[in-house]
This record gives sequence, C-alpha cells and structure tokens, in this order.
Amino acid sequence: MLKYILKRLLIMIITLWVIITLTFVLMVNIPGSPFNTDQASNETVQANLEAHYNLDQPYYIQYLLYIKSIATFEFGPSIKQPNQTVNDLLSRGFPISFELGIITIALAVVSGVLVGIIAALRHNGFLDYLTMGIAVLGISIPNFILATILIQQLAVNLEIFPTATWRSPAHMVLPVLALATGPMAIIARLTRSTMLEVLTQDYIKMAKAKGLSPWKVVFKHALRNALMPVVTIMGTLFAGILTGTFVIEQIFAIPGMGRYFVESINQRDYPVIMGTTVFYSAFLIIMLFIVDIVYGILDPRIKVHQKGGK
Amino acid sequence: MKSEKELKNFKTPSTIPDEWFSWKERDTEKMEEVSRPSLSYWQDAWRRLVKNKMAMLGLIFLVLLTIMAIIGPMISPYEVNRQNLPNQYQPPSMAHWFGTDSAGRDVFTRTWYGARISLFVGLVAALIDVTIGIIWGGISGYKGGRTDNVMMRIIEVLYGLPYLLVVILLLVVLGPSLGTIILALTITGWVGMARIVRGQVLQIKNYEFVLASKSFGTKTSRIIRKNLLPNTMGPIIVQMTLTIPSAIFAEAFLSFIGLGIQAPFASWGVMANDSLGAILSGNWWTLFFPAFFISFTMFAFNVLGDGLQDALDPKLRK
Repeated sequence: MLKYILKRLLIMIITLWVIITLTFVLMVNIPGSPFNTDQASNETVQANLEAHYNLDQPYYIQYLLYIKSIATFEFGPSIKQPNQTVNDLLSRGFPISFELGIITIALAVVSGVLVGIIAALRHNGFLDYLTMGIAVLGISIPNFILATILIQQLAVNLEIFPTATWRSPAHMVLPVLALATGPMAIIARLTRSTMLEVLTQDYIKMAKAKGLSPWKVVFKHALRNALMPVVTIMGTLFAGILTGTFVIEQIFAIPGMGRYFVESINQRDYPVIMGTTVFYSAFLIIMLFIVDIVYGILDPRIKVHQKGGK
Repeated sequence: MKSEKELKNFKTPSTIPDEWFSWKERDTEKMEEVSRPSLSYWQDAWRRLVKNKMAMLGLIFLVLLTIMAIIGPMISPYEVNRQNLPNQYQPPSMAHWFGTDSAGRDVFTRTWYGARISLFVGLVAALIDVTIGIIWGGISGYKGGRTDNVMMRIIEVLYGLPYLLVVILLLVVLGPSLGTIILALTITGWVGMARIVRGQVLQIKNYEFVLASKSFGTKTSRIIRKNLLPNTMGPIIVQMTLTIPSAIFAEAFLSFIGLGIQAPFASWGVMANDSLGAILSGNWWTLFFPAFFISFTMFAFNVLGDGLQDALDPKLRK
C-alpha cells in the first residue's frame, strides 16, 4: 500500500511540475511585453517595470523565481487591475466557488446514486426508462444552455428564484442545479449499470436467501461494490464541475474564482490567467491523487495487484 | 398436426409398409453446406445496431445533420455574415425559417454553418486522437516491458493534467482559431485513446493466432497492422463516438468564455453566447436553434456510442 501511495505521489509531483513548466514556457513566449499594451510608456519606465517584475533576468533565473513564488503560494500581481494580486482574487473568489462546488458535488453524488439505485431496482420498468431517458438528456445538454433555460423559465417567467448573485440559499438553487445535472446524470447511469451487475452476483442471492431485508441487501451489501466505479470517475467529475463554474459564475454573476478567471482571459491579464491555472491545476491534481488513494484503500484488489509483482 | 380424435384412432401397423419409404440419394455437393448465411463480425454488429432504436435515431440524425451542414448554407438565399440591421430579431417565418439574430443575420444559414464548424472540429480532433492513440498505445502494448513502462508513465502524467485548463492556456497564448482549437484539443486528448488501444493490444497479443503469425516470421509492423488493430477496432470506434461530442462541447464551451472560433465564423457556441441576452427579451429562437443542435448532436453521439458499445462487444453476441 505504501509503495502504491509513493508511486502516485511521484506521478502527482511530476504532473504538477509539467503544468508549472508549461505555464512558464507559454508565459515567456507571449508575443510582446506585458507592459506595452494600454498606455504609451517611454523606455525607462518600461525597463523599470521589467526590472520590478524580474523580466530582465535570464530565463533560468526567471524560471527558478517562478517556481519559488509558486511554492510559497505567491502568484504575483495582476497587470490589468492595479494593486491587485492573484492571491487577493483567490482569497476573495475561491471560498464562494468552493461553496458552489461542494454543494454541487454533494447534490450530484447523493441524488445520482439514489436515482441509479432506483433505476437498477426497477430494471426495464417505467421508472428505469424515465430516469435513464432524463439522464441521457442531462448528459447531452451543456450546462451553460441549461443555466439559460433555468433562468428564463424559473427566474424570469415564474419568478420563483432570483436570477443572479450569491447571497441566500435561494440564490444558490439555480446555479447548483445547472451545474449538478450533468454529473448527476453520469453518476446515475454508472451506478445503475454497476448495480445491475452486482445484483446478479451470488453473494447478493445469498444475502437475500438468509432473509435480510431488501433495504439492507441493497444499501449494505450491493451498494458498496456498486460505488467503486463511481469513486474512479470522481476525479473527472471534479474537473468538470470546476470548469463548469467558469461559465455558471459568469451567467449567474456570482463573484467567484471562475468569473475572475474568465474576465482575466477576456482582458488577456496573463499573470492572473497563469496563476489561476496553476492554482486550479494543483487543486485538481491533488484531488485526483486523493481519489486514487481512497480508491486504493477501498479496493483491496489494488494491493494484491501491487504485490503480484506487475 | 393430427387432431386428438385421429390420434386416438391411429393404429400402429405391425409392419411398416414399403411405400412409406423413399430412396434418397446422398448429395455430396451439398452435405457440407452451411445453411445459414455466414456473417462477418461487422455484419453481425450492424445487425444488432439496427435493432437498437435509440442508436438508429442518433445515427439518422447525424446523417441528416451532416447532409444539412454540407448543403444547408448553399440552399439558403442568405449569406452567413450578411448583416441587415433593420431586419433584426425577426421571429421564424417563411422568409427566415429560424428567424434572425441581433444583427439581422439569418439563423437558419448560421445554424448549418455552425454545424460545419462543430462537426469539423469534432471529426478532425477525433481522427488525430485516434491516429496518435493507435500508434502510442499499439507500440506501448505490443513492446511491453521497459518501453511500455516509460510510455505509460508519460501517459499517467499527461492524464493528470486538467484537460480544459490546458486547452484554455494554449488558446490564450496561441490565439483562438480553427487550427489552434483543434491543436489544443488534441494535445492531451489522445491519451484516453492510447490507454484503450494499449489495453486491447496487451490482451490480444497473447492469443494463439498472433503467436502463429509470429512463428511464420511476420514483421512486427505487419502483426500490429493485420492482427492486432482489426481486433481493437470495436473499442476504438466506441471511444471515437465519445471523443467527437466532447470536442464539440469543448468548442462550444470555449466560444462561451471568449476563446472559441472568432468572427466571421459562426459556431454553435458563438451563436449561443451571442444570444444569451436576447432570450431574456423574448427572442427565444436565437438561442433555441444553436442550443437544440448542440444538445441533440451530443445526445445522438451518446446514444449511438451506447448502441455501438453493445453491438461491437463480442460478449453480447447471440
């Protein structure tokens, strides 16, 4: 098990290094200096600015400084918004985005698994076709379109929920719904198919035969094994929800990290883009690592596989 | 069938009369014949796919969409980017079947034009993914040992990179255009395909027919091409039906955050993004048509992929 964790840890660190190096290489290769865009500045000012941000140093020193700044969680200043650092934006926006993400994941996992179980128990029944039909739709409709439909129908036409911003639980309903539907549908489909497979196995027959209540058979015996594939796709789902927040926060005017990120893209605010990308990537890569470890702990076969010498 | 009455009255004769027998000649020509038509793997898979109504619905939609993407802009009397400001926000009518948008452009023409872009991006990205994936996965799986180890570690690292973030990063620096979008989508997109091909090759290379081929002294490249690849086609095709919609979605998503296809091109993502404000003022058609086609294309690819997965899986063969 320790060997497995160490191996994953090593791969995680290399992946982090790749993304950091990639952002650095891209940043260096952006045509033109970041300072000759808006105001016409003379050459001394330009040189002073470049010296201030260490842009006059050779690349390898810049690279080392860059790695040092990331290791100490200093992502640097914003070019377009004076006196703002990427850290300011992160500390302001991230808690909101994190809240949105956590609620979304909780909703998607709980309801997705429940829907999947119901569909599996009613295999080929009406509920199965209904929920899986909705699930295919849920996967097919991009979240930004779903968000617009929700605003149009529930906020503008029926006026049940507020359209935008992030203040009360009522404000959270529509963005969370728009963001959670896709992952929910994916989880529901996956749970259903693995649940169907698990339910035909002998140990389930055995559990039923010894007279356990159907409730206990499903939730205690079958669900444990049926959830394994769901754990494996959690990493991908995190990534999907995270990129989903970019557009959802934009549409619902939520002052989260994703909105700042899209703004910085539109303004070509390179340090913010790079800093946020590194932050997001590190976050996701670490999440992926945790998912891998959790999976290793949950699935005893991985340990056997490691000992098996392959 | 004889009725019950007849059966009751029927008496078995003590000797079987000769006329009950007839002389049958031995047909040496036909005795070895297989009476049922023999079906190749692909014919069999196709037969099963046709039975799957949802998958066929998806396939028919995609065929129609492709035809319209080719001829749609040609049969329309309007130009894609011809602005006609006095004519803005016309609801769907005989003149403008899908209405007009904020600049008075014909939504019908732009929708099929967007279909061209979306399908082009999806198909080209998927083809590049398949090509790199087959080469990488094929070599990695077939060579095995140290080569496989190194190649798989590289894949594991690339697989950990957040896909859309890398795409965004590249497009910010390279600048969005059709070519750079496809490049950004494929630069780490091939990894999933390579993993699938490797898994398949790893399994198949130990089968007897490959061993037989090897013992005849067949060259490695020929074994990979003739023995291994045809047998991995099923999972590759299924993976392709998943890659294409994810590329189409990514393109729409990128347009939405301002990194997609730039004017004068029209893609579904750009059209949906442009009409977000319009829908609140009741001009629903400007969003409805691109949104419908993005969603239904994704839907069609998803159900077709599901159907293909069932049809191409030899385990489900009846």
